[in-house]
This record gives sequence, C-alpha cells and structure tokens, in this order.
Amino acid sequence: MSGDHSDAAIARRVRRLETLLEEKGVLTGARLDEIIDAFVTGATPANGARVVARAWTDPAYKARLLSDGTAAVRELGYMKGGYERLRVVENTENAHNVIVCTLCSCYPLFLLGPSPSWYKSEAYRSRVVRDPRAVLAEFGLHLPADTRITVWDSSAETRYMVLPRRPADTEGLSEEQLAALVTRNALIGTAAL
Amino acid sequence: MARINDVGGTVGFGAIDTTDDPEPFHADWEARVAGLLLALRAEGLFQLNEFRDAIESIPPARYLTTSYYERWFTAICSLLERKGVLAPGELDEREPGGRGETEAADA
Repeated sequence: MSGDHSDAAIARRVRRLETLLEEKGVLTGARLDEIIDAFVTGATPANGARVVARAWTDPAYKARLLSDGTAAVRELGYMKGGYERLRVVENTENAHNVIVCTLCSCYPLFLLGPSPSWYKSEAYRSRVVRDPRAVLAEFGLHLPADTRITVWDSSAETRYMVLPRRPADTEGLSEEQLAALVTRNALIGTAAL
Repeated sequence: MARINDVGGTVGFGAIDTTDDPEPFHADWEARVAGLLLALRAEGLFQLNEFRDAIESIPPARYLTTSYYERWFTAICSLLERKGVLAPGELDEREPGGRGETEAADA
C-alpha cells in the first residue's frame, strides 16, 4: 500500500509541474502529449533490428555503420534530431560485446526503446564491468572461454549498440524477416541470436 | 571523490533480476516524466549532460532510495530551479494544503 501511496503522490507532483510549465508558457500539455506519443510509438527495438538487418544484407552499409554509426542510422531516418553519437560494435566468432552505463542509464533510446529495468539497476551496472562472463551466463548466454568479451560503458555523449552475429541458415530471408529475428537483448549484448 | 551513482565495479548490490518488464513504464507518470525530459531538452532548456549531473548530484541516501524515474523528476525540478523557470519551493507550494494553496484559498 505504501508503494501505491507514494506512486499517487509523485503522480500528483508531476501533474503539478506540467500545470506550472503550461501557465509559464514553457510547455503546453498538447505538445507534451505529442512528444510522449511519438516516443512510445516510435522508439522501439524494431528500429535497431532494422539497422542490423540492413547491415547483414548490405556490406557497404555495414562498413559505414561500423565506421560512423550516427551517420549510418541517420540514413535510415533515426537519431536525426539527436545530440548523441552512436558507436556500433560488432560481434564475431571470437569476440562478443555488451553495453552498460555504469554511471546511470545512457542507452540508444530511439533505436532500442525505453531501457529494461535490469539495465538501470545498480546490480547490472556494478557487476557487468567486473565479471561480464558470469553476468552473461545469468542471462542464459554461455560464451566459450576463448571468446573475448568487451564491455562498453556509455556516456551522455556516446551511446553503443551491438551488431549481433547473423544466425546460420538465414541466407534466403528478406531484410524484414531478418529484422524479426533480432531481439532487444541481442542489441544490448546480453543475448546472442 | 566518486559520486554515489558511480557504481561500476563495486560489490554488494546483489543478483541481477533479468526478467523483462511487461511494459516499459510502470505507471503513467513515468511516461510523463520521460516525455518532460525529451520536451524540455527539445525546447533548449537544458542539455543532457546537465541533466545527468543533476541526477548525480542527488544526495546519496536519497539516490539509493528513490525509483529511477523519481530521480529523473527530481533532477528535472532542480534544473528548472537552477534555470530560473521555477522559483525555489514553487512546486511544493502547490501541494494541496501547502502554503500557496492556503493563501490562494484565503484570498
């Protein structure tokens, strides 16, 4: 019950702030609704998945994506108004990448949607940099001992996204079908495909 | 000295709950707070690095006992005060039964 109570209290404070901002002419409720709707419907892991499927099917695009992630995702219409840089890191047979933000929760929101609770937890943020192999195993990802794991710590300015390995036996699939195979956790690096 | 948010490599935070959230936001107000951050940045009221600094400036005891989007809300309010958009305590004065409400009722 106490949780419900504090939830209601903060909800009231948020509404009060919205009212104050509208009264002061800083932000209208209609504009805020528009931004929230665009975010909720537009920012989903399907965006990151589309980028990955393009990279799997177009080697020139993949090369651009790995050399300048921000410019390459802008080609597909993402992060156009963003202020952050995107760096895409590629998984290979011998190398695996995983992303974190040890200081808070920096994350490529517009490519992956709102981050999962575990990504924001102190437990994940503190441990994945110390013992990534064990943390990945807890997610069900058991990597061979000789796979090199690189942990990328995000910042307010630089975000990371993992380019997962393309699953075997997918040669005949279309770009859309390939995109459907890509999961959010694979884009973070806590899963493989 | 490291701030409380600088948890990379520290021990003692326990196991990771790897289960996925059924919804990205647990309550409507969380989505409103996320929207406020996007909107106020788009309006040029503050930069993302200032927002992050504001989160990281939350006193440690409060940081560790508030939820994720509550920290965001706290940071947004403190930045709005710092930028002069909100007067200090202005939001509190709007609390039902708070000073502002009482004065308004008396007027």
